[in-house]
Formats: sequence, C-alpha cells, structure tokens
Amino acid sequence: MTPILEVKNLHVAYSARAGEICPALVGVNFVLGPGEILGVLGESGSGKSTLAASLLQLLPLNGKIQQGEILFEGKDLLRVSPQELRRTRGGRIGLIFQEPSSSLHPTIQVGRQLTDVLSAHESLDRRTLREKTSQLFAAVFPTGAERISRSYPHELSGGQRQRVLIAQAIACRPSLVIADEPTASLDPTTQREILLLFRTLRQKFSLAMIFITHNPSLLTDLADRILVLYAGRVAETGPTAKVLSSPKHPYTEALLQCLPSHLREDQNMRKARLHVIAGDPPNLSLPAKGCLFEPRCTQRMEVCKGSEPPPFTVSELHEVSCFKFAG
Amino acid sequence: MQPLLRVDKLVKHYAAGRSAGSRDKLVALDGVSLSIAPQSTLALIGESGSGKSTLALCIACLEHPTSGSIWFEGIDVAALHENQQRKFRPRIQLVFQDPARSLNPRWTALEIASEPLIVRQDTSKQERENKALELLDCVAIPRRLASQRAHELSGGQKQRLAIARALALEPKLIILDEALSALDCSVQAQISNLLLELQSSFGLTYLFITHDFAMAAHLADQIAVMDRGRIVESGPAENVLRSPSHQVTRSLLAATLPITETPGVGLEL
Repeated sequence: MTPILEVKNLHVAYSARAGEICPALVGVNFVLGPGEILGVLGESGSGKSTLAASLLQLLPLNGKIQQGEILFEGKDLLRVSPQELRRTRGGRIGLIFQEPSSSLHPTIQVGRQLTDVLSAHESLDRRTLREKTSQLFAAVFPTGAERISRSYPHELSGGQRQRVLIAQAIACRPSLVIADEPTASLDPTTQREILLLFRTLRQKFSLAMIFITHNPSLLTDLADRILVLYAGRVAETGPTAKVLSSPKHPYTEALLQCLPSHLREDQNMRKARLHVIAGDPPNLSLPAKGCLFEPRCTQRMEVCKGSEPPPFTVSELHEVSCFKFAG
Repeated sequence: MQPLLRVDKLVKHYAAGRSAGSRDKLVALDGVSLSIAPQSTLALIGESGSGKSTLALCIACLEHPTSGSIWFEGIDVAALHENQQRKFRPRIQLVFQDPARSLNPRWTALEIASEPLIVRQDTSKQERENKALELLDCVAIPRRLASQRAHELSGGQKQRLAIARALALEPKLIILDEALSALDCSVQAQISNLLLELQSSFGLTYLFITHDFAMAAHLADQIAVMDRGRIVESGPAENVLRSPSHQVTRSLLAATLPITETPGVGLEL
C-alpha cells in the first residue's frame, strides 16, 4: 500500500543570533500509511514541534530544512510550487496546534472562521458553504452545534475551542492531520473526549494522523505506532503496544519508568522516590560525537561514545537506534 | 493532633452581572470544608471551574471569602484585618502552574529567590543573597546558574526556582496549584522527588491542586475532590482511589484510563 507520507533523511537546523547553527532534527526517517495514527513521543527539546512545522514548511525565519525529502501522496513537498504548497496546507493536510485560545480569531464567530477555511480552498456557493459548515460542526459537536457555531471563542470552553480547531483541520477532507499537543491545556475528561473524537474521525474519514505529545499515556489505544524522538534523532519506532510495554531504547525505557503508576497496587510505594533520568538533555548547539543519550544512559557501552547508532531492526516494524541491538 | 489548616464552610461569590447594580453572582465556592494535618499532603482534584484556584487564593489570604472560616495554626485568618493577615501570608506560600508567567523572565535566579526576603526589613543585601544561594542549593539549581535570567532556564529549572522562592520565608504550608502539569514527564518525576525531600527536610505541609490522579495517588496522604464549588468526596488517598463513591470522582478516574470501548481493559503503564 502506498504510504501517505514518507519522510526521508530530514535535517532541520536553527541559526542563532550569534551565527551558530543548532541542529533540531537529524536524519529523521519515517513512513505513515493511509488511515494510520503515528504518535510522536518527545520531551521539550526533542524536536517534535520542529517536525510538525517542517512538514508544512512553517518554520520560523531562522529555521532551515537543510536536506531530506517529504513525500506526501508521492510528491516531495520540499520541491513543489508555492501554489501547490498553499493548496496542500489546510487542504490536503490539516493542522492542529497547541493553544486553542490563540489560534482562533477573538472577534469572529467560530462558524464563520470555519467557513473561511472552506472558502480558502474550495470555490463553493454560499449555501453549500453554510451546509458544509453545519455538517462539520455536527461532526465535532454532538449537541448544540448550531448555537456554538454562532459563538465567539471567548464564550466557549477550552475543549469546545479545541473542537472548533479540529473541525477547521478536517474541513477540506484532508488525508492527513498533524496535531501538536492538541490536548495539552485541557482537563482529563475533556482530553479523553477529544482523543475519542480523533478515533471516531479516523474511522469515519480514513484520516491518517501524526499525534505529537510528551505524554505516553495519551497514545495508548489511539496511536497505531509510536516514534520516539530524543535530541532531534529518532530513538525508536514500533507498534504502540510493543513500545509502551517493552520499550527497547534505554531512553524510552527510562521515560516510561518515570511515570507514577496508574493506581499503584503496592501502597508502600506511595511517596517513594520516582525513577528519574539522570542529567539534562544535551545542548544541541555543541558538536555531537556518539550517541546523544549516552551521557545519561545506564546501559552505555564504549562504542556509544564513538558514533551515532543507526536504526537496528529488533522485530517486525520495530526499530531502535541503539548499539545494544547491533548485529 | 490539631490540623495545620482547617477550612470551614467557605463561601466565595463574585459579582457576575454586566451592569453595576446587578445582583447576579458567580458562586465560586459553595461551602467548602476541609482540613490538612501538619506535614501531610492533601491533593485537591477537580476540573476547570470547580473552584480549586479560588480556594487556593482564599487560603493564601489573597482573596477575601464571602463567608466561612480559614483556621490556620488555630487562628481564623479570614476574619483578620489586612494588617494582621499580612503576618500570616509568609507562612502560606503558592507555587503556580506556569513558571514562565509566575517568574519575571528578566530577573536573575538570585534576584527571584531573594526578593521575598526584602519583606524582612532587618536583612542586608549580602545576607539576602547568601540565603538565596542556600535556597538554590535546596532545590538543586547549580550556583553557576544564579546569575542567569529566568527566561534562560529550562522548564524544570524555572519551577525549581519558583519553589525556592516559596521557601524563602520558611512557610508552613505550600499550595501547589497544578505545579507539575506544564512539565515534561521526566521533569515531573524530578520535581515530585524534590517536593518529597523538602517536605521531609523542612516539615512542610502541601495542598497539591491537580487534575492528575496518577500524581495525586503518588504524592498524597488525603484526597479531596471538588466539583462546582463543593467538596464532593474526601478521605485517605487509597480509599478514594480504590472505592470512589461520588459520580464526579468516578468519572475523573475513568478519564485517566486509556480510551477503550470497555473501561478496565487496556494497557497499564
């Protein structure tokens, strides 16, 4: 089956005021099939938001895609015309970012903001626009869609605003949606509703998704596969169940051990020290030699200092960039 | 043992109408009662709009309740005049959710940690700086970062600094309002460990406001659940988690489970 998205050897860097180049993504490769949900798991500084921005070339002025290919439905987005790119953004690829309160225009009713997205990409008459807007609102708001459509963003809750953004993202029936921490500012019950909504939309519209987050528990039962980012490199990719229950990369392992267990069975463990990852994430503006996780790794070996590990296959569809799995 | 803090039927209304003479009111707290034993942790769980932050502000004497009492070390601080309340504020400190907003980004770590000490008019600048450096040590911020501006610190370092600032006046009670929510998971673990260490070293009492049940389960001795201005359920942490009796508690707990068709089935991390 042809993948909907193929990212090959992507290198992205930022230039600082003093002129030094700071690599943010190094040699990122992954593939996304139609209707598949890929969870991108990474903490601050891992490059996850840079990845979201790079896919649609929405990097800030000091960001540069140095090399690589981003093949969307077979076409390299880095080499298409500006018009084609504009048609793709919002049209073929939907985007949902983190802060619903700053992504919506404060003085335009949300229904109109959705209609604007539709008319930017499709030439439709007014009645069709209105109908499509209603349908989209009904898809994301099970009740009260009409009233919400006539509201202003400040009259809506965080969860409702996020649903409006989701409606905007799927308005033009894209085949791929990129969501960067879409539930970050939401309450747990609202968060759960939004995750369920994503699942429903994926089923209804065969939507592929890239769901970027720093919280592994959001990806359980939502993502088909997980890609773990550390210091701009892909540490591990594999089926969600495998990565979460038996992580192979020492970073993934350490990260999952940091989480306070869900309703710990052993009450003696309450108020015990949580497992932490020693040290701090690396300073990416310094030249890298060897594996970037090595200084913090409890399983490091001599070879780890010398060169960066390439991805090794540990089982079907499960790859880990760690010398533990070499040969 | 006398509780360190006892809140009794606390009510807080805000005026809500559009016109000046309107009698519409928003009821933020609708008769809240709770108590916290010394050197223990009470986790207060609730969604947005439940009133948790309003309760925090009232307890910290930053908001005047409409009615009810707040007994702190045996004294009703809500009934005191402003001048007398001022004496209690250092004993109750707050740490907020987003250190990027609660710390002045242009101040250095040293300036931020030493600022509360200015309230103690009997200290010299040198004494304040020395004390501030000790505070940075307590929260494991390396001294070489003392002259860094807040915006140059990482999220975890900023939150440690916010905690250092809260410790400056030797409080008895620290209210942590979603203090871990904005942090990465591995950083949450570090700060959680730090909070436990500080509690044991300094005999601190915590009111830990959160919507993260997993973290509450880990840190709290007691849990109280809030909904629409009221405490709907409270008790020892393991009781509330294992056998929640109120619908709100149950739905909040269910929300932490992985999304599946049948709750109870799914991966546990």
